[in-house]
Amino acid sequence: MIPVEYYLVLSAFMFTTGVIGVLIRRNAIVLFMSIELMLNSANLTFVTFASFLGDSAGQVFIFFVMTVAAAEAAVGLAIMIALFRNKQTLNADEVNVLKW
Amino acid sequence: MTLEIILFILFALIGAASGVLMITRKNPVMSALFLILNFAALAGVYLLLNAQFIAVVQIIVYAGAIMVLFLFVIMLLRPDAEISILRTNPLLKYVAIGVGVLVFAQLIYLIFFFKPLNITPSDVAERIQIGTVENIGTEIYTKYIIPVQVAGFLLLSATIGALVLAKKKFE
Amino acid sequence: MDLWTIIIISIIKILFVVTITLLTVSYLVYFERKISAWVQDRIGPNRVGWYGLLQPFADVFKLFLKEDIVPDASIKSIHTLAPIITLFVAFSTYAVLPWGPPVNIFGYEIPLVLADVNSGILIVLALTSLGVYGITFSGWASGSKYSLLGGVRSSAQMISYEISMGFSVAGVLLISESLRPAAIIESQSGWMWNAFIQPIGFITFLVSAFAETNRLPFDLPEAEPELVGGYHTEYSSMKFAAFFLAEYANMIISSGLIVTLYLGGWQVPYIETFGLSSGWVTMMQIGAFFFKVGAVLFFFIWVRWSIPRFKYNQLMNLGWKVMFPLALVNLVWVAILVMLLN
Repeated sequence: MIPVEYYLVLSAFMFTTGVIGVLIRRNAIVLFMSIELMLNSANLTFVTFASFLGDSAGQVFIFFVMTVAAAEAAVGLAIMIALFRNKQTLNADEVNVLKW
Repeated sequence: MTLEIILFILFALIGAASGVLMITRKNPVMSALFLILNFAALAGVYLLLNAQFIAVVQIIVYAGAIMVLFLFVIMLLRPDAEISILRTNPLLKYVAIGVGVLVFAQLIYLIFFFKPLNITPSDVAERIQIGTVENIGTEIYTKYIIPVQVAGFLLLSATIGALVLAKKKFE
Repeated sequence: MDLWTIIIISIIKILFVVTITLLTVSYLVYFERKISAWVQDRIGPNRVGWYGLLQPFADVFKLFLKEDIVPDASIKSIHTLAPIITLFVAFSTYAVLPWGPPVNIFGYEIPLVLADVNSGILIVLALTSLGVYGITFSGWASGSKYSLLGGVRSSAQMISYEISMGFSVAGVLLISESLRPAAIIESQSGWMWNAFIQPIGFITFLVSAFAETNRLPFDLPEAEPELVGGYHTEYSSMKFAAFFLAEYANMIISSGLIVTLYLGGWQVPYIETFGLSSGWVTMMQIGAFFFKVGAVLFFFIWVRWSIPRFKYNQLMNLGWKVMFPLALVNLVWVAILVMLLN
C-alpha cells in the first residue's frame, strides 16, 4: 500500500508546475494548458482522498471538475480565435486594451 | 519494492517530468504533447488508486476531447514562436521561482504537518467497489442529481457562448 | 489457476491475436485490391503466387527496401513518434474484444478474450479517441502544408463523429446494463441483436465508424485530389507501411466492434437447440464471429469503391445535423423500450 503522502506530494508538485507555467509563459493557449494542469492536480487529490477515505464523493466531484474544464476550454478557445482574428497575436501581454 | 511502488514511481516520474517539459517548451504543440503524456500518466496513477472509471474517463475527456480541441486551435491559428518572457524581463524568473517555492512549501507543510483527518486506509475491496461505474453512476443520478443538472446547464451555456464568440459576424 | 498458468495462457492468446491480426491485415489489403478490381471490371493482382496470393508479402518487402525519407522541415522526433502512436492504438484495442465463448481446455476455463475488463467498451472508446493524435501529429510534424491540412481536418472530423459514436454506444449499454463486451454479447441472445432492436443506432454507429477509420466516403484527411496524400504525404518506407497497416487494423477493429455491439458477437442464434456437441458449438461460434467480421469488412470495401468522397462542409453537416440528432433519437427510443419491457 502506497502512503497517502506520495500521491499528495505528486499533486502538489504538479500544481506548483502549473503555477510557474502561468507566470513564465505568455502564449495564451499555453496559459490555458497550465490551468488544466492545476485542475488535474486537484483531481488527483480528490481521487486520492476518495480512495483512502472510502468515500465516492471525491470521485463524483471529478466529473464536475471535468465539466468545468470542458466548458472553460470551449469558451476559452473561442475567445482565442476571436482574439487572433482581431489582433493576430496570442501573446497575453499584447492584449492590454479593453476596447479597440 | 512491490510492483505497485514501481508502477507508482514510473507514473509519477512521467507525470512530473512531462509537466515541467510542458511549461518549458517554446512550441505550443510540443507543450500540448507533453500535457497529453501527463494526462496519460495521471490515468495510470488513478488506476493504482483503484479508480478505474475515472482513469478511463480521464483519457476519453481530457486526452481524447479537450486536448484535441487545443491542438486544433493551435494548428488553426499557428501563432508565432513565443519570445521567452525571461529574456525580456529577467527579474520575472526570480519572482516565478519564489512564488513556486512558496506555493510548494505551503502545500508540503499542509500535507506533512497539518493532519486534521486521521486517515485509516480503506481496504482494497472497498476501494475497488467505490471506483466502479455502477457505484459512481448510482451516486451521480441519485445523491448528486441537481449538481449534474446544473453542470449540464453550464455545458449548454458554454456551447452557446463558444458559438457566439467564435462566429465571424454578429449581424 | 496459479500465476504462471495465467501468464502462459495470456502469452499464447496474445501471440494468437497478433498473428491472426497481422495475417488478416495483409490479406485484407489483397482482398481490397481484388474487390476493387471486380467492382471496376479489372483482374487485379494476379502475378505473385497463385492468383496473386503472395502479393501482400511482395508489397511489404517492397516498402521494406525503400529509403526512409525524413523531410528537412519536419520535426524529427514527432515525425517518428506519430506512426508509432497510430500503430499502438490500432493494435492494443484488440485486447478487449472477445472472439468466442469461454472454452474448457485441460480443466481450465479460458475466456477467449485477452483482457475481460469491467469497462471494456470505454477502453475501446478511449483508445480510438487517442488514435487521432497519430494523424494530427504526423500532419503537423511533417512541415508541409498538405500534411497540416490533413491533420487539421482529421482532428475536427474525429471530434465531430466521436460524439454520435458515443451516443450510439450509450443505446447499446442501456440494453445490456454492463460495459463488459462479454455481457453485451450475452444480452443479444437469439435474434435479439441490437441491429434489429435499434436500427437507427446501428446506422449512426456504422457511419461514425467509417468516419473514425478515415475510410471513403470520409477520407478527407488523405483526400488525394487536393491534398496529395494528406497526413502521410511526407512518409515513406516502413513508416508509411505503419500508417497503411494501422488503417486496415482499424477497419478490423471497427468491424469487430460493430459485430460485438450490434450483430450478436460470436453468437449463432438458437445453436443450442440443434443438439450438437459442445466442442462443435464452440467451433461454430468462433467461426461465426470471424464470418460476421468478414462480412462487415466486405461492406467497408464495397462502400469505398461505390460512393464518392464528401465535400468538407457536407461531412460536417452530416456529422452534426444528421448523425448526432439521429443518435439522440435512438437513445430516447431505447430508453422508452427499456422502460416498457421492464
